[in-house]
Amino acid sequence: MTTHTTNKQATVSLVEAKARTIRTRIINMLGAAGSGHPGGSLSAADIVTTLYFHEMNHNAAEPRWPGRDRFVLSKGHAAPVLYAALAESGYFPREDLATLRKIDSHLQGHPDMNKTPGVEISTGSLGMGFSAAVGMALGLKIDKSESRVYTLIGDGESQEGIIWEASMFAPQHKLDNLVGILDYNNLQIDGRVSDIVDIRPAAAKWSAFGWHTIEIDGHNIEQIIGALDEAKSIKGKPTMIIANTVKGKNVSFMEGQVDFHGKAPSKDEVAQACGEIEASGPLG
Amino acid sequence: MSEKRATREAYGETLIELGRVNPNIVVLEADLAKSTTTIKFKKEFPDRFFDCGVAEQNMMAMAAGLATTGKICFTGSFAMFATGRAFEQVRNTIAYPSLNVKICPTHAGITVGADGGSHQTIEDIALMRVIPGMTVIVPADYYEAKKAIAKAVEIDGPVYVRLGRATLPMIFDEDYDFVPGKAIVLREGTDVTIFATGIMVSSSLVAAESLAKDGISAEVINISTIKPLDDNAIIESAVKTGRVVVAEEHSIIGGLGSAVAELLCEKHPVPVARVGIKDVFGRSGEPAELLKYYGLTDEDISQAAKGLLGK
Repeated sequence: MTTHTTNKQATVSLVEAKARTIRTRIINMLGAAGSGHPGGSLSAADIVTTLYFHEMNHNAAEPRWPGRDRFVLSKGHAAPVLYAALAESGYFPREDLATLRKIDSHLQGHPDMNKTPGVEISTGSLGMGFSAAVGMALGLKIDKSESRVYTLIGDGESQEGIIWEASMFAPQHKLDNLVGILDYNNLQIDGRVSDIVDIRPAAAKWSAFGWHTIEIDGHNIEQIIGALDEAKSIKGKPTMIIANTVKGKNVSFMEGQVDFHGKAPSKDEVAQACGEIEASGPLG
Repeated sequence: MSEKRATREAYGETLIELGRVNPNIVVLEADLAKSTTTIKFKKEFPDRFFDCGVAEQNMMAMAAGLATTGKICFTGSFAMFATGRAFEQVRNTIAYPSLNVKICPTHAGITVGADGGSHQTIEDIALMRVIPGMTVIVPADYYEAKKAIAKAVEIDGPVYVRLGRATLPMIFDEDYDFVPGKAIVLREGTDVTIFATGIMVSSSLVAAESLAKDGISAEVINISTIKPLDDNAIIESAVKTGRVVVAEEHSIIGGLGSAVAELLCEKHPVPVARVGIKDVFGRSGEPAELLKYYGLTDEDISQAAKGLLGK
């Protein structure tokens, strides 16, 4: 085994451990809030953790540092995964997570850039964060900045027309500093995405629109890192990573359950979910 | 007063002036660069001009993203699509986070003319006025449009400037000092106040002249900033004259007429007559024909004033 491989495995293990912690934070936060969106937060946990703890240049001590990379959570209802990543990164105290959705909290039901340090732009109304991320990438290009923009969209969200307006614009302006990631868990509120309005073939759609596309297992940290590395090597066009995921991932009674799209776990469910996550490996 | 120009003509010209002194000015357009006059900016600053194609929603949300990188984004298109089609992008992605985006569409109101009702927005003031934190400006002539567009840059946050296609008489000149939020008394009077905005300001002045011939002293006040409204100036004049006509090229629901009526109902109730589009859609025609058809002429303003005076 080469040193390179060993280092890589160590990195993957560290991110995996951090992702477990992020998942327990999501569960606890939603349990305390009594409402919110566990399913889509858990499906995105490995992707968001990899971005904040491996991929992106950012500085919690200076959230608006101009040289930072940007992350836009276009599927804003997955706010818990973003808040957990920001708290774990040191943008605000971890204790704040228990105040999610409360009247005096800076942690709104959907991300608010003016209330929460580290949130790049307010999102929640689907499709708009993706378009705003394209605008950010364009602004950074104008300034010849080295910063990159990462944006996570949902599969149900991809039914929004603005997603495709923005998807046409980004390649037109060769925004190779932009990486879209599709959290493809195939569940939306009313059922399976493929049963409601199918977005397949997702990769072929973005390829046809002029994006470089990569398909991965969105829970395999090594594949996530590999895709993000590949995106950096692609010049002259944006990259869309189609991340196949499982809604509610790593909590047995939430996995693939559409009911946990927008329902918080009970006290007992919190205990069971955290138990399962902790049993799956070390926390980080 | 002989020269007439459209407020939209001020747009491209002012953008160039702003672009020369401020490298952060970025202009977005939605396939209407010639009509909105942003093509002038494109020619001088091709690297800071982006045509979004026929995709107004993406244009607005991208403008929000650009604003987070320190750009001051001006967004074009026609008022119908900027405020109607892209309403929620403006509401949720620009205004909710209070981002520094200037929404300056042209072709507002029925004076769009022959294109007809689908393109004649009579709801845009209402749509923009209801959004928290949005500044809403409706210039009365070319010079006021120039000043308002330039001042919009100094306001940190979203600004809506309503521009039109119709050529209008000049009321102001190059030296005019436009102050956002300040009503301007253009003519003093004692019997009735005419609060007017946009294209209706010059016709209100004509109406006041005609009313004077009938022995009626009309005060004419230009309300170019509809939000924040100059409450004190409006109340002061209503106290003085006791009768109010509000004139606008917009639905009588939700625009300046509503804003003035809401204010006066609470603070100083007086009889109010609204001259505007009476809750109907527009139609094709020449601008002058349309103004007559929908009751938006100086004659209609005079009649409304006389009605309040029981004459």
